[in-house]
Amino acid sequence: MLEISNICAGYGNKLSIKNISLHFNKGNVYAILGPNGSGKSTLLKTIDKIIKPKEGVVYINKEDVQNLSRKKLAKNIAYLPQKNSTSASSTVFETILLGRKPYIIFEPRQEDLKLVENIIYIFGLKYFSFRNVGELSGGELQKVLIARALAQQPKILLLDEPINHLDPKNQIEILKVLKKITSELGIITIIVLHDLNLAFKFADYFIFMKQGKIYAKGDLSSIEDKIIKEVYDIRVKILNVGRSKLLVIDE
Amino acid sequence: MILLLIAIFFISIAFGSIKMSLEEVINALLRNSEYSYVLWNIRITRAIGGILTGAALGVSGAVMQKVLKNPLASPFTLGVSHGAAFGAAFAIIVLGAGKSHSFGSEAVTIFNNYPVVIFAFLGALTSIAIILFLSCFKGASPESIVLAGVALSSLFGSATMFLQYFADDFQVAATVFWTFGDIGKAGWLENKIIFITFLVGITYFYLNRWNFNVLFWGDEIAKSLGVNIKILRLISMFLSALVVSVCISFLGIIGFVGLISPHIIRFLIGDDCRFLIPYSALMGAFLLCLSDFIARTILSPVVLPVGIITSFAGAPMFFYLLIKRRRF
Ligand SMILES: Nc1ncnc2c1ncn2[C@@H]1O[C@H](COP(=O)(O)OP(=O)(O)OP(=O)(O)O)[C@@H](O)[C@H]1O
Ligand SMILES: [Mg+2]
Repeated sequence: MLEISNICAGYGNKLSIKNISLHFNKGNVYAILGPNGSGKSTLLKTIDKIIKPKEGVVYINKEDVQNLSRKKLAKNIAYLPQKNSTSASSTVFETILLGRKPYIIFEPRQEDLKLVENIIYIFGLKYFSFRNVGELSGGELQKVLIARALAQQPKILLLDEPINHLDPKNQIEILKVLKKITSELGIITIIVLHDLNLAFKFADYFIFMKQGKIYAKGDLSSIEDKIIKEVYDIRVKILNVGRSKLLVIDE
Repeated sequence: MILLLIAIFFISIAFGSIKMSLEEVINALLRNSEYSYVLWNIRITRAIGGILTGAALGVSGAVMQKVLKNPLASPFTLGVSHGAAFGAAFAIIVLGAGKSHSFGSEAVTIFNNYPVVIFAFLGALTSIAIILFLSCFKGASPESIVLAGVALSSLFGSATMFLQYFADDFQVAATVFWTFGDIGKAGWLENKIIFITFLVGITYFYLNRWNFNVLFWGDEIAKSLGVNIKILRLISMFLSALVVSVCISFLGIIGFVGLISPHIIRFLIGDDCRFLIPYSALMGAFLLCLSDFIARTILSPVVLPVGIITSFAGAPMFFYLLIKRRRF
């Protein structure tokens, strides 16, 4: 269980997120939505102790993350940054194996290798296994990085715009896999997304951010035209389609 | 690789101003023959010094390049060697150490001039301290650390020249001579000290090989995979610089081995630190022994300082790798 209590964080003297309190439950996918620069990435970084909050506390199972060692934290939280670049020239297999890093004491065990093979199979990366990551396309690399995050077997999965660079088919398949894993393993998945329709389809709860603050939160039923219009300052309509919702441009 | 090293070890102890056949070498090693003294006290200390120093330089170069994410990082770029050279110049010129020594041939066995060694070491430590201070307390990025190292090098370089300007001919000659790295300067004691620091360094580096591998993916991913990058960077920099300082203080400046060994290994084997770390050490040892062998035979009976050979052969090798390799 993850709880954020009254967090203020930012870079230098500037606060990018202010007074954020949230509560996350196991087995759910949370979508973080909001315009560019609203503090979504900053929030994820604060949860994973990559930046230190100026105020407030992040609790995992009632324990302050500041008191957890990096190694222990890495067994609990996997984080995929928004911007990824690498100078590595390792293979896809080795890259995903790095997700096992927090568990490796001297060398990877047989189980670690098995798990990585399994994830490679789920992600359809079998034919890429021995390709060099420096030579992958943008979408292929993105898939490898998501796979690496899953290889970490986290209890909390933080993904910052994970479906960037992916084609529609891969977007849908990855989100499907994430949703399935989240409910089957009872983990908490927090995804930053810009595609609202995909968010409506795959997330269980929605958190809207604007200018570093929580603007609204709730499940699918709580989402109305008004929230979207005010958060993004755009003119849209929300249609109810079956049990899901659909966003259309209304100019 | 290891076989190659053993081969070069035997070749280098067999050749020298007194030629011996392999049979005689083995004979002298096992029994007490007329060559035993030369062998044990000169050739073998020299060969072992070469292996240790080469390995130390190779592994430090690999680690610095990794930690600073810069293919040009090496003991030179960080100002460690210039710091040491300044320390040595200070000892020789200001404190008047080293006057009574004659230099040069293999006949002058051990260069045990402790004030010079100690001041060289202090000079190297000063550069390490400045670099570490910048990276630790000022939170400087790897890029700016490399730049700071370049600035520091030129600072120490000009300070050395300043001292030389006011020195007499002999002192200038002595400081210049000091900078010619020569593995013949090391005796058993020096080798032992080099060995111990090297052992500490490579043990730490090897235990952290997975952490180094993660560094490729940027600081954020490294942190989220449980690596305490600040401490890793600090200790690695400190240890690699320390290992190099010890070698340089005893032997003088030996260029290019630290820079090029990891590049050769990366070219041959790849980036994975599980292999990069031990193999860079082996490659460094091999290159330095080979260079020393060349240094002693090319103009025989004149023995060139090995530093000249490494720099001379290192540069074209570096060009070759640059052209051959697509990415660094
Ligand atoms: N490294 C940094 N240094 C200084 N300011 C930063 C840094 N990273 C982000 N900011 C600022 O913090 C604010 C929030 O940025 P953040 O990256 O959290 O936004 P975001 O919601 O993720 O936006 P996007 O949708 O564009 O990814 C922005 O005003 C941004 O300019
Ligand atoms: Mg962002």
